[in-house]
Amino acid sequence: MTSSPDGPVVIVGGGHNGLVCATYLAMAGRKVQILEARQSVGGGASTTGFASGYQVSGLAHILHSLNPKVCKDLKLESAGLKRGEAINTIALDRRGRHLTLGINEVVGAGLAERDIRAYSTFKREFRGYAKALEPLMMNKPPRLKNMDRKDKFTLARLGWGLRFGLGTDSMREFLRVGGINIYDVLNEVFENPLLKGAIAVDAVLGQHMGPRTPGTVLTYLHRLWGETQGSQSLPPGGMGQVAGALAEAATQAGVTIRTGAKVQRILLTGGRASGVLLESGEQIDAAVVISNADAKTTFLTLVGTPELDAMFAHRIHTTRTRGNVAKLHLALRALPIVAGLSAQQLGHRLLIAPDLRYVEHAFNHAKYGEYSEQPVLEITVPSIADPSLAPPGHHVMSVSISFAPYDLKGGWDQQHSIFADRVIALIDQYAPGLASQVVAHELLTPVDIEAQYHIAGGHWHHGELTIDQSFMMRPIHGVAQYDTPIAGLYLCGAAAHPGGGITGVPGHNAARRILAMGDA
Amino acid sequence: MASQQQLAGHDFHEVLKASPFHARVEEQSLVKNWMSWNGYQTARVYDTLASEYFAIRSSCSVMDLTPMEKYRISGPDALTFLNRLVVRDISALKPHRVTYVAWCNDEGKVLDDGTIFHLEPGTYRLCSQHHQLDWLLISSLGMNVLIEEETHEVAALAVQGPTACSVLTAAGFDTLSQLKPFGITHTLLNGFEVMISRTGYTGDLGYELWVAPANALALWDAVFGVKQRGLYDVRCIGLGALEMVRIEAGFIMPGDDFNTAETTVRAGHDRSPFEIGLGWLVDFDKPHFTGKQALLKEHGQPIKRRLLKLAVEGNKAPADSFLYDGKRGRRIGTIKSHTWSPILKATLAMADIEYRNGVVPAQIWAEIYYQKELEWRATWARCTISKAPFWAHPRRSATPPQRC
Ligand SMILES: Cc1cc2nc3c(=O)[nH]c(=O)nc-3n(C[C@H](O)[C@H](O)[C@H](O)COP(=O)(O)OP(=O)(O)OC[C@H]3O[C@@H](n4cnc5c(N)ncnc54)[C@H](O)[C@@H]3O)c2cc1C
Repeated sequence: MTSSPDGPVVIVGGGHNGLVCATYLAMAGRKVQILEARQSVGGGASTTGFASGYQVSGLAHILHSLNPKVCKDLKLESAGLKRGEAINTIALDRRGRHLTLGINEVVGAGLAERDIRAYSTFKREFRGYAKALEPLMMNKPPRLKNMDRKDKFTLARLGWGLRFGLGTDSMREFLRVGGINIYDVLNEVFENPLLKGAIAVDAVLGQHMGPRTPGTVLTYLHRLWGETQGSQSLPPGGMGQVAGALAEAATQAGVTIRTGAKVQRILLTGGRASGVLLESGEQIDAAVVISNADAKTTFLTLVGTPELDAMFAHRIHTTRTRGNVAKLHLALRALPIVAGLSAQQLGHRLLIAPDLRYVEHAFNHAKYGEYSEQPVLEITVPSIADPSLAPPGHHVMSVSISFAPYDLKGGWDQQHSIFADRVIALIDQYAPGLASQVVAHELLTPVDIEAQYHIAGGHWHHGELTIDQSFMMRPIHGVAQYDTPIAGLYLCGAAAHPGGGITGVPGHNAARRILAMGDA
Repeated sequence: MASQQQLAGHDFHEVLKASPFHARVEEQSLVKNWMSWNGYQTARVYDTLASEYFAIRSSCSVMDLTPMEKYRISGPDALTFLNRLVVRDISALKPHRVTYVAWCNDEGKVLDDGTIFHLEPGTYRLCSQHHQLDWLLISSLGMNVLIEEETHEVAALAVQGPTACSVLTAAGFDTLSQLKPFGITHTLLNGFEVMISRTGYTGDLGYELWVAPANALALWDAVFGVKQRGLYDVRCIGLGALEMVRIEAGFIMPGDDFNTAETTVRAGHDRSPFEIGLGWLVDFDKPHFTGKQALLKEHGQPIKRRLLKLAVEGNKAPADSFLYDGKRGRRIGTIKSHTWSPILKATLAMADIEYRNGVVPAQIWAEIYYQKELEWRATWARCTISKAPFWAHPRRSATPPQRC
């Protein structure tokens, strides 16, 4: 079968990127069907009821990078999108000397004037670098060989932005810090250990990295890129509400969405993607197949190695995709009490990362297949802003825990509940009495995430965002422009450039690429 | 799932490994002209090149084949694995049959060539020139196949030449006359098992005999017993004589006639199957195989270069000669390997030749440097392309092979 712009398009997976990609294609007049394995769409953008009457965001709980262009193009506001109130990051201190990190200013007891000033300068400067990367983020990453006009344009805009957008001094500084680690940078700029610890979290969250790992400045910029577009928030109704708005926009554009439809195989005819086979045995023909699943699932499981060249399959196989973040959901009979924080402040993004060494030590364990003795925690209590998430007077807490390696020594089965208890005990140190308020809890390790969300390795970004797996090498070089060695098969999820987070950008870029290639 | 056998008991003091036939090989080697073949101590020449060459072409030759890389491939996905590995369609390869194959990397450049033996339903042996375990393991991803290196666990002898069938029959193998080319048979000799395949690298009648290393010497003695009993002449041959006959027979040697993809560093120095004359193996209609996309793409484009069989005028050895499209013309290639063929009375060569606009050069001339009493001279020799192998005796494919 050859491609035809009228042929039906099938998208494997209804994660937020699948929804975004589908909507763009449908808006361009294509006939699109989404096949989602789970009972609801959204993938990592979901709301789950983990105990009767208690709901939280299933994986992603903080909306910090949803792309404004995507929101506008897809008219998500009129499709019902509610972002929620902007929140700050609060770095917790055992003695109550917490710091509140805003976009440009930091406040808190015991902060030196110097650090306060340094914070604004630092944030402005680094956001500048992140902004300069914008052309790279919103386009297919340029190929370095056989560039097309668009690739050259992207590179030219990138070069222009770096050189003239930043100015000579900033450019020099960008080149200097770009390759080093966040640990050294933060030690150069700041004094306050808590402040440094909190910033370092943004550089390592979701990755197999500690603050001393090279490349952590780039991962920090990746995170900051979201901040160049708006503030972070807890969407009312949980992240599933965001997915709901995306699904609404998709449906309005004419996309057909099927849930509970797990794809078992991507079918090929004469080497070209020609449809999918569902686990139910049903076969669906398509002119174009787009995968929102991660690269390993897409190629090694759904396409299958016999259909691929050996080295290609090997290279996909050896990409680093082992997740390191676990998710803990707590049902609480009362609002926890953290000394020095008001009830309103508890509704912000709370971090437990007292200093750089703490974060580095937490990571050290992951290197050896152990969970962190003292993990780094990102805590939200979304029921403060949205009481409907819990029964009256009760609350839910959602915690991202770093580090909890996918391939834990000895396996997770034995250590699942020990680890959950350990994390609850750690939070209890900051919120005394919390442990006794827990009505129910749910821990999702990367192994659970893999099983429940169909992400190989359970990785935040569907694969490490290291320099060798980014940009024109994401997921691997040769497949970095959303198209694949299989004609008619494309990637549209976090495994593709520019990676994970609830951004919609991979979906957006993939749709543009597919339309530009005249496929679909 | 794939597994790899340990190289058990490897002695690191041992510079070159002794094959299971070594006691006899050592005894037969008059000139002690040794070389390494895949790490085994191997005779280049036992006695004289000429006598060994003529053993292959006029009587019966014996060569220790043990160092050839051998892999046993089994498991439910063995056929899927092999068919995705090689460019040829082997899905119709029946049990007890052998076929010649080549395999490529993703870029469609040849990694090696070899033979696949369908030993018993679903179990195969892959023989290759170079070590391939890494590539086989890489290629086994996602497949339920067991890959065992058995180079050191299987001893092998090549018995080749016009009287090979007669010699082996006299040695006690009585089932050979019905064995077709590329066929496999199993037999017992003095109580031990021998697998015999009608395969070889000489372009003539010949067999390869496969036994457990413990039975290697008994096998050798059985074959040479025929000579001792005064029935037929049997001679051991080294790699030197083999090189002569394989060029006559038009067989290519990976690593000599072309750079294998794995060892190629410089862009453009690796070769596709089309470029080395193995295009006939490539099957675009079979299921996907590694390199298919790249080869399809190459197939649609004008020919850039080919490895060709050349007959070179005269008897001067065109060692490493440059080739030109006329005397003092434009340089179009080089000689990769060559030999004087005593039986054809001609200089034969394998040459890598660039095409122009997809067309083979109308003339090919070799510039040959040679010495006379330590003084260098240069001469020009006209080359003629040979489509067919220089040597292909009907005896090679006749069943039963004619007795002589
Ligand atoms: C613990 C954790 C915490 C996180 N926290 C945040 C956060 O606070 N903020 C943030 O922005 N990001 C966060 N992330 C990252 C974010 O969740 C992901 O990067 C994002 O969900 C990726 O979106 P996607 O649409 O590309 O893929 P996914 O969300 O993974 O969606 C892929 C979809 O494809 C479906 N699928 C897969 N295989 C098949 C198949 N064979 N057949 C049918 N369907 C299939 C899956 O079921 C899934 O619905 C977090 C991630 C983790 C793991």
